[in-house]
Amino acid sequence: MRKKVLKVTGIILSLVLVLGLMTGCGSKKTTSDKKEEKKQFKIAKKDLKIGVIHISDPSEGSGYTYTHDQGIIAMQKKLGLKDSQIVRKTNITDTDPTKTETAIKECIEDGCNVIFGTSWGYMDTMEAMAKEYPDVAFSHGTGYKKNDSNFNNYFGRIYQARYLSGIAAGLKTKSNKIGYVAAMGKDNAEVTGGVDAFAMGIYSVNKKAKVYVKVTNSWFNPNEETNAAKALISQGCDVIGQHCDTPNPQLEAEKAGVWGVGYNSDMTKDAPKATLTSTIWNWGAYYTEAVQELIDGTWKPEVYYGGMKEGLVDIAPLNKKLIAPGTEKKIEEAKEKMLSGDFNVFDGVIETNDGKKVGKKGETLSDEDIKGKINWYFKNIVVK
Amino acid sequence: MEASKKTGREPLLRTVKRAELSRKKTMILRAASVLLALLAGGIFLLIIGFNPFTVYQTIISGAFRSEMAVQATIRIMIPLLISSLGVTMAFKMRFWNIGAEGQIIMGAIFATYFALYQNAMPHVLLLIIMFIFSVIGGGLFGLIPAFFKAKFNTNETLFTLMLNYIALNVIVYLRDGPWKDPASSGFPKIARFDLNAQLDSVLGVQAGWIIALLLTAIVYIYLKYTKQGYEISVVGDSHATAKYAGIPVKRMMLRTMFLSGAICGIAGMVQATGSDMTLATSVAGGVGFTAIIVAWLARLNPAAIVIVSFLFSILEKGSSVMQSTYGLSSYSADVLQGIILFFVLGCEFFVRYKFVGRKGGAGK
Repeated sequence: MRKKVLKVTGIILSLVLVLGLMTGCGSKKTTSDKKEEKKQFKIAKKDLKIGVIHISDPSEGSGYTYTHDQGIIAMQKKLGLKDSQIVRKTNITDTDPTKTETAIKECIEDGCNVIFGTSWGYMDTMEAMAKEYPDVAFSHGTGYKKNDSNFNNYFGRIYQARYLSGIAAGLKTKSNKIGYVAAMGKDNAEVTGGVDAFAMGIYSVNKKAKVYVKVTNSWFNPNEETNAAKALISQGCDVIGQHCDTPNPQLEAEKAGVWGVGYNSDMTKDAPKATLTSTIWNWGAYYTEAVQELIDGTWKPEVYYGGMKEGLVDIAPLNKKLIAPGTEKKIEEAKEKMLSGDFNVFDGVIETNDGKKVGKKGETLSDEDIKGKINWYFKNIVVK
Repeated sequence: MEASKKTGREPLLRTVKRAELSRKKTMILRAASVLLALLAGGIFLLIIGFNPFTVYQTIISGAFRSEMAVQATIRIMIPLLISSLGVTMAFKMRFWNIGAEGQIIMGAIFATYFALYQNAMPHVLLLIIMFIFSVIGGGLFGLIPAFFKAKFNTNETLFTLMLNYIALNVIVYLRDGPWKDPASSGFPKIARFDLNAQLDSVLGVQAGWIIALLLTAIVYIYLKYTKQGYEISVVGDSHATAKYAGIPVKRMMLRTMFLSGAICGIAGMVQATGSDMTLATSVAGGVGFTAIIVAWLARLNPAAIVIVSFLFSILEKGSSVMQSTYGLSSYSADVLQGIILFFVLGCEFFVRYKFVGRKGGAGK
């Protein structure tokens, strides 16, 4: 028996050695080049290779990932990049840091010098990877972290578009109950600010309507999104707005014979008999700008926060068969004021649904407040 | 004779357990199944417009093309290998532990408490404490179904399976509630571990691989050369025999399930602190289920488990590279993986059973 034990131990030890050799050499590369010079990226167009990390699959044809990928395609066309210069990693769950890291490293292995991560949960992993690979530019969508050399984040003023879509919803509702499927609860400023802008748009045309919010606690959960929409419709809501990734709430609205406002991509494609309009992202506006800057050598690791003016956010063409009369004119007026800078949605004193007041007369909320501190609901919002 | 006359209708095909196949025949059958898998996968690839040879080549090179790729492949292998060893302990005594997923998670949760809130102590001490508590966490979670089986003879398959979902939702609760990262401005996530609580890399891969290989040796020796290991296989063969031989079956069941869960718990700790650097809902990520396949394909032999889990990791890592290289939808990559598994697992059926057609003359 002892002999056998020895034999097994021998095998194990040699395995350890073999594995060690396979993974060996140069494991401490990252610590050696510690010269913290500020790197200025200037990448010739032909040398560009762009890695894109997606949480789901663009082939879904609508929703969050599709919209981001459309932006990448728009950038590719505009700058005339070859297909081989884009590497896509799809279905990289953003709650799986190891998978995220593997995907990023595979992009780098393929020679990528720019990485776009499109989902929030990639943030911490991207931060760590940016430190490990100082020669690669990392750009993270929707997060709040950055560094001083090769890692930035990008997002946009989708609340502007939500305000406009609120006008369409407020004019359309008959029951004066408007539902909203929200990915996250009150303490998430991105989602809550979005509901508020939507509700303020509604309030600007319809003082009687109330907004009913249902939280799914997930950015992407097809089932929960369907259930939330169902629950809202059964409570009498006849327009369903949404801040979640799939068109399921719109599909539910169509099934129930009510209306809705889509998000991310133009969801009249998914639910033509229900969707009044959609708040949409034209990510191409950012991707084109960022990559152009990397080519020109002017890219800086700064926070990007574009809006209607930059062409990053908008509402999809109104569904003429469904919208209430006068909708177009009202939206056009509000949009003009936004573009000219006369109106910024979160202007002046705003009343919340628990009787408090936010903001100051003659001022508007700062970007910092909008992105991180909207933890209150506008006065016409009811949370169920 | 009586029976077949009575029913009169014999099914067209029957499955019959075969006598033990010779080693050579088994190997031939397995090789054939792999070839068939590649062939069927190849047809699928041709249909969607790719050259199967280059795609297969990409899978292999995707797992080995660089130092970084090999490291990533081994990183996928670590939790798979450890939890396969864990379930093997239980399977040896024919205790259907489908709960590796939950035990991995519990191990990770117990370890994470120290990584998040007691991380000021010296690095090595902290890691040792996290290790010990992952053993306790996973072990206790494995003990629950064993206790109920011993006491009330509950069905352990369902029991362990359902505990997985409880464990998963405990993470969700912690992430959305008490352990939420205070710096995340309302986004539900658990903070990344402090550097002090991260497992070190040895030769470019997190040190979990050393733990995994040591565990392989320990489990091998335990099952093969110790009295307790022998008792496990006796109980696995027959409870009655075991009782007759004076083996305390219930006590042994509790002990073995604690060990099984404890090993899975180690997988969770190693994944959280070595790879994820945080407690993520994906800490088990299906590994606990894949481990069941690995353990059985390896015929519960720890040495074979090392090989099988390595092959699984190659497939996983290579598929990911294949997906992005050819711009394949990741669903197509999943289909291909599924086809290969289908044939390989199907083969195991034919190793043990065969089809017998309806015989001409009844009453045989």
